[in-house]
Amino acid sequence: MKTIVGSNLERTLAGGHFALTAEVGPPRGPDPADVVKKAKILHGVADAFNVTDNQTAVVRMSSIAASKVLLEEGLEPVMQIVCRDRNRIAIQSDLLGAWALGLRNVLCLSGDHQSAGAGGKLNGHPGAKNVYDVDSIQLISIVKGLRDNAIQDGGDAISPAAPFFIGAAWTPFGPPEKFRTIRLAKKINAGADFIQTQAVYDMKRFAEAVRRAEDMGLTEKAAILPGIIIPRSAGMLKYMNASVPGIEVPDEMIQRMKDSADPKEEGIKITLELIDGVKNLSGIKGVHLQAIEAEELLPDVIKAAGLLPRPKID
Amino acid sequence: MIFAEWKPLDELVDKLKAHKKVLLVGCATCVAECAAGGEKETETLAPLLTMALKKQGHTVDITTATLEKQCEWEFVEELAEKAANVDAIMSLACGIGIQALAERFDPMPVYPGVNTSSLTIREEDGVWAGRCAACGDCVLDQTFGFCPIARCAKSLLNGPCGGTRKDGKCEVNEDVDCIWNLIVERAEQRGQLESLAEIRKTKNWSNSRHGGPKKVVREDLKK
Repeated sequence: MKTIVGSNLERTLAGGHFALTAEVGPPRGPDPADVVKKAKILHGVADAFNVTDNQTAVVRMSSIAASKVLLEEGLEPVMQIVCRDRNRIAIQSDLLGAWALGLRNVLCLSGDHQSAGAGGKLNGHPGAKNVYDVDSIQLISIVKGLRDNAIQDGGDAISPAAPFFIGAAWTPFGPPEKFRTIRLAKKINAGADFIQTQAVYDMKRFAEAVRRAEDMGLTEKAAILPGIIIPRSAGMLKYMNASVPGIEVPDEMIQRMKDSADPKEEGIKITLELIDGVKNLSGIKGVHLQAIEAEELLPDVIKAAGLLPRPKID
Repeated sequence: MIFAEWKPLDELVDKLKAHKKVLLVGCATCVAECAAGGEKETETLAPLLTMALKKQGHTVDITTATLEKQCEWEFVEELAEKAANVDAIMSLACGIGIQALAERFDPMPVYPGVNTSSLTIREEDGVWAGRCAACGDCVLDQTFGFCPIARCAKSLLNGPCGGTRKDGKCEVNEDVDCIWNLIVERAEQRGQLESLAEIRKTKNWSNSRHGGPKKVVREDLKK
């Protein structure tokens, strides 16, 4: 079993286990207790936990700090980094700092535009200056440079190297759909080791997209973990289908939630079916489970999916 | 063209209310093209300002002039006589023209009457859209003639983010095309989709404002 970084997520995947990642959103305040509370609920239920970086362009506790809090609680974080707020100097500085703090997994993202403001639910900072000095693919290359060549983007050497297990996102259904597999290939060629996808509800279409990636040899080069967001109501599915780019929800699924007497229970059933579906797909190495602002649902769902206990890797 | 729009009338009134005689200066180039500061707009704005000021109890005498180019010293000089008879100037030119007047007529206060925001093309009557960000490192040959710096909300160089809407519009504005969707479409039409598989490295922004204020010296043209 060959690993470069030795993070739990990397070793789980290298060991051939079906990996499980979950998401933890940092609080909109400075209290580490908010993160600790989530950590206590989620301890041991996944192999690593994504810590979002000011998602939907709303100021939250930094992903680097919240990741460190998780680590202290015995959870392995996947620190998310977006390109919206930091230039290449700040990003590389934070990567070195993150490594110093013991963080070993990163997920490289473009990031929601600053006009997002939680989809209009919060003020956010739409008047902010955006950075986008580098894009997500260039960011992957930068992290790979720090890891494999001990070199910064500008060409200066670092010592020692900063090995990270590198993640990237994939939105298989976003237009231009034909290019999405090429873009995935670019991310993997740039250095992505694992891929977490936009939420999947349409298994048939997803299977076709994975087949295209498999045909290009991509599923061998990187571990693809489909994203699944636990649906809690028909309205939520309808909203995501209409308003979240890259998410496709089949009409039958929305109808099924509408017809259900207990949508919460039905949403968990759907989640279990989706997990089962992706588990049986060739080329899929795990799953990335999200219960947005309802992390307490995760342990029971993961247990019901037969994914507990998580593999212990020495 | 350099694109500018009128500042809100209230803001302009607020700037001018302390003055007695004001010269409102238009420019017949870009700001005329984008219908913000040409002769027509200058002559339209002057009475609007006079009335709005009067409504608040301020009597301000506003005279007008429109220069062929506010960004060329020889044209700016034409204002000398009119400027001598006022106690403030308001310019409807882009930021370049406004600064030219401020420099030539120092210490006269020169107020911006417009906000300059972008380098645009007139797509159709009454519709302008950004086309260039003056980034100093043009990649238009690699992106099939569509600029990802000016026309992608995130200035992405390696393809579209996950925010492309189902109809190919940008997540930031439902009336704006995801430019990467158009780039990919055109690449496909030309049978060159593979060219977009190449990873574009981090960009050198130093030939734009990011490298510090621009100053160019061409020895061959110096007198």
